[in-house]
Amino acid sequence: MPETTQNSALHTVAPIALRRRVTDHIMTGAAILTVILVLAPLVAIFAYLVYRGVGSINWAFLTQTPKPVGEAGGGMANAIVGSAFILALASVLGVPVGVGAGIYLAEYGRNRFGDVIRFTADVLNGVPSIVIGIVAYAIVVLTQKHFSALAGGVALAIMMIPTITRTTEEMLLLVPQALREAAYGLGIPRWRTTLSITLRTATSGVITGIMLAFARVAGETAPLLFTAFGNQFWNLKVNEPTAALPLQIFNYAISPYDEWHRQAWAGALVLIVLIVTAVAAVRFAVRRGTFGAA
Amino acid sequence: MASPVLPRPDMPAPQPVDGTKVSSLPLAGRQAEPFLRGSSGEAGDQVFKVTMLLCGSAVLATLGLIVYELVLRSGPSWHAFGFKFFAGRDWDPVNEKFGAMPFVYGTLVSSLLALLIAVPLSIGVAVFTTEMCPKALRGPLSFFVELLAAIPSVVYGLWAIFVLVPILSNYVEPFLSRTLGWTGFFEGPPYGISMLAAGIILAIMIIPIISSITREVLMVVPQHQREAALALGATRWEMIRVGVLRNARAGIMGGIILGLGRALGETMAVTMVIGNRPEIAKSLFAPGYTMASVLANEFSEATGDVYLSALIEIGLALFLVTIVVNALARLLVWTVTRGQPSRANA
Repeated sequence: MPETTQNSALHTVAPIALRRRVTDHIMTGAAILTVILVLAPLVAIFAYLVYRGVGSINWAFLTQTPKPVGEAGGGMANAIVGSAFILALASVLGVPVGVGAGIYLAEYGRNRFGDVIRFTADVLNGVPSIVIGIVAYAIVVLTQKHFSALAGGVALAIMMIPTITRTTEEMLLLVPQALREAAYGLGIPRWRTTLSITLRTATSGVITGIMLAFARVAGETAPLLFTAFGNQFWNLKVNEPTAALPLQIFNYAISPYDEWHRQAWAGALVLIVLIVTAVAAVRFAVRRGTFGAA
Repeated sequence: MASPVLPRPDMPAPQPVDGTKVSSLPLAGRQAEPFLRGSSGEAGDQVFKVTMLLCGSAVLATLGLIVYELVLRSGPSWHAFGFKFFAGRDWDPVNEKFGAMPFVYGTLVSSLLALLIAVPLSIGVAVFTTEMCPKALRGPLSFFVELLAAIPSVVYGLWAIFVLVPILSNYVEPFLSRTLGWTGFFEGPPYGISMLAAGIILAIMIIPIISSITREVLMVVPQHQREAALALGATRWEMIRVGVLRNARAGIMGGIILGLGRALGETMAVTMVIGNRPEIAKSLFAPGYTMASVLANEFSEATGDVYLSALIEIGLALFLVTIVVNALARLLVWTVTRGQPSRANA
């Protein structure tokens, strides 16, 4: 470039080159600016969460149920346990179906019907969570005539299935065909090969997919609003309304009381910490248990 | 949503082979023993295949069930109002008059506003991570951006109420009103709780989706496109514009539409900051209401069949719109990134 600017024959080119170089610098600067603008909220959210949350978490918060309006203290213990309960229900319902569907797609689904299921799973993944809440309400709550933990579990399970299905399929397809053939060669039946060889080889990937789905629904509020509904007291019955951490955070956040706002921040911090811990713990266990693809 | 988070490139297919040979073959051999001697797997195979087929069909059945329930239960409202339901501007549960126009308007405006903010930022981030930044920064940077996707919606809402809204009402909205008030989009009292707040929080929420898909798409642009542009004397930005972005247009569009799909259906964060008033106002400072937030606020308290069914009809409309949007996005992304998606493996 310096030569061209000095070369008199190309003198007319020089200003263009300068303009182009300036544009180049401006665009680089703009790209860096976008990165800063995007990371700023992330930093702001986490910083504020820790700042407001840490000060509000205490032993009472983790062990007590909510106090009536106006009384200080109390906590979200029932909501923390309730969330775990609903998530356990959702996993029991959703994980086997999701993994099964993934196995079907990977092992038997190279046909038109498989494509249909694949596309359906992707579509299902995009359905707004509030709509899934309505459907769980229509199926479970209207049948039982009251809100229940089960309804919340069904709603979250429906949200987990497509993610688990697609990741399971992807992970199983990564397992080399030669491995399956080797198993067939030893006379092992196909179903046994799938379970003990293919699925086993892909375990860490499949579990990563399950954890992704789990982390996604763990913070969901919308589908629980009119299924699990929330509860100020302890409940571990499948058929009763149950408190959930995201619900409690929502109710407290939109309330007019400072004490409840404080607890909402504490709840949000606990929610994020629980999600991250759950995901990290399972990943760690998987990585140690088998060779790590995760 | 899941696919961009998966560390696909880190997982070359050959790796599991070595590991498996060492660690699980002896085990498999041991377990296989009885099957070699005992009854063959014919029956077992059939049972297994049918079970897995049932699981696969369950995915299909779930979608069918969603459509069935929504259509069935929105019937009363459909019979009462017909197409006028979406043209009506009155939402009056007491007199059982229902028009969904303000909600449709709120959903569209907040989502488009979110796209307006999120698209340039997401593409900028994606371009920076794939084309400009040092290799060592690439991993952490995309990790942090994707961390935004892991924050639950209700936490976004909480942050928006207590941090974003005060900032808007104290600084941003007065400033906009002074400088751009004449356009009519930025007038009225700066309460903070507004369509603008909803658009901004939605933008923050969809940035990780759009940017991770854009990044995926940019990475599959062949390297020789870049080299050719550079060889012709292009500057880096010209190379990106001509050689990279132009090639990735369809895929980026897919990512944007996928982000739109997410924004349309997003509920909690929006409900917490949009103000929840079923009105159509030109100013972005005015409160609004979206389809998803009216469901969140009123569904569990809806009394009367028509009220409930009107809400479910809104749910049905939301469902149909997001399905069309998502299907479109999937098709666009598929054509670019994977060639033929999983069919390639078949």
